Amino acid sequence: MTLKTKESWGSRVGLVLAMAGNAVGLGNFLRFPVQAIQNGGGAFIIPYFVCFLLMGIPLLWIEWSSGRFGGKWGHHSTPFILDSMDKRSFWKYIGVFGIFTNLAVAAYYCYLESWTLSYMYHSLAGSFMGQSADTVSQFFIDYVSLVHGYEPVLFWLVCLVMNTWILSRGLSGGVEKAAKIGMPLLILFGILLAIKGVTLKAGSEGAVYDGITGLNFLWTPDFSTIWTPKVWLAAAGQIFFTLSVGMGSIQCYASYVRSKDDIALNAMSAGWMNEFVEVVLGSSILIPIAIGYLGIDTVIEMTKNGGLGLGFRTLPYLFTQWGPLLSAMAGFAWFCLLFFAGITSSLAMGTPCMGFMQDEFGWSRSKSAWAFGAAILVLGLPTVLFFNEGVFDEYDYWAGTVSLVVFALFETILFAWVFGIDKGWHEINQGADIKIPVFFKYVIKYVTPVFLGAVFIGSLPDLAKKIIDVSNPYVVGARLLLLGVFLGVSYLVYIAYKKRIKEGRFAS
Amino acid sequence: MNTSALITMLVSELVIIAFTAFFFVKILTIPPKAEPDSYSENDEEQR
Repeated sequence: MTLKTKESWGSRVGLVLAMAGNAVGLGNFLRFPVQAIQNGGGAFIIPYFVCFLLMGIPLLWIEWSSGRFGGKWGHHSTPFILDSMDKRSFWKYIGVFGIFTNLAVAAYYCYLESWTLSYMYHSLAGSFMGQSADTVSQFFIDYVSLVHGYEPVLFWLVCLVMNTWILSRGLSGGVEKAAKIGMPLLILFGILLAIKGVTLKAGSEGAVYDGITGLNFLWTPDFSTIWTPKVWLAAAGQIFFTLSVGMGSIQCYASYVRSKDDIALNAMSAGWMNEFVEVVLGSSILIPIAIGYLGIDTVIEMTKNGGLGLGFRTLPYLFTQWGPLLSAMAGFAWFCLLFFAGITSSLAMGTPCMGFMQDEFGWSRSKSAWAFGAAILVLGLPTVLFFNEGVFDEYDYWAGTVSLVVFALFETILFAWVFGIDKGWHEINQGADIKIPVFFKYVIKYVTPVFLGAVFIGSLPDLAKKIIDVSNPYVVGARLLLLGVFLGVSYLVYIAYKKRIKEGRFAS
Repeated sequence: MNTSALITMLVSELVIIAFTAFFFVKILTIPPKAEPDSYSENDEEQR
């Protein structure tokens, strides 16, 4: 049985591209290569693959099948998807994470996305041509400090309206169309930039080293690191964040798939597509180009605080070495690629929130989309106005890191131990177009929860440090705001639950 | 590139490209299930 819903996916390819777009984000290009060079170079790929196999793939199947199961009963957001799997009240409040995370991450992610829009414009306008490296770098600092007046706010609003408008067009008419345009273009721009990065020659276009030097540095394996817990934690973290698991958006997308249709192959295809973008394209752009111009030591120093600075502060300057036309094209391609990576993810963050309001309060698609846009406007404003005060990072830490791990840990326990692995395994295999090795049944039951538990325990020292640090009032304010959002969403879930009981709407 | 870097890169990337292509080709070639299915674009041609 599948309860009727107004929304549906247009095509299977569209669904897979939308799911892949959800997973592919800015981190594929900015975070992965930095993690690799900081954690053993080529040797990092071994723990990375092991984590993908034992944690990433199982989580994808758990989320796809939970979503499709909840969709049978007309649920399209995690509070009631989890509720359909076990009737204890506790689970629907765990499901709140699947709405809270999307709201809070979208709030700062849209701002990040808007930087790429602005940089696309500045690349085409030639704003960086003839500028020194320091000036281009300072441009970014001034940008986030709002020294450029209201330009960042304007681009942010444009980005917000664009997201909201696409969401208001629905799944097949909006999200899927955006993915069908965005993903192929992202891959095309990625391939073009990777070719340019790898073929960079020392002595030409101002490069000091070959692009291959960067590739060599990134891929040279340092096997002495392989048994270091820190490296395994970094690999698990990278797999976790790159696949967009623990957010509730995969469940929402999958809830529109009927029981007899495949999810096993769909999940594999979307997951491996993300790996292609991350490992094949992500490793061939940022580091080869940066090392080609700056050398290994400088790049190591610059990536100590992540890849964001390299992507926004350094690369635009390096592109200017390629002459006005190529520089404009490369800058546009790079930031357009990042924009598509971002928007396909932020759209996925809108759908669970919209699904919740439509299912529980009977809102129209358009009303839910614009309400989501308004919520992001209010929640995102502090990240725009107080970026330098640490508000952006605080959102990222609580919503984009801690919440994901906590939610994924709970949903895995629910799926494997409460809902039951036998029922869960049946759900994954129902309508499957591939035969899944039974080995994964035991991985889901025993190994994945242990992996997630290890990631959570590994993050505890940081968590403790964060909680006791109350020295920055902006950060404390952001924390309280996020807490308020979580409690607010919990209250809405409580009202929805009471409403369902009153109306006798529990189908499961 | 040194040999170990080249081997690590080629093996990793070829494995990923092979799996990505294999699964995506399967998505494109497996015929759709009988209506009603989850996808709206093929509704007309199935009737």
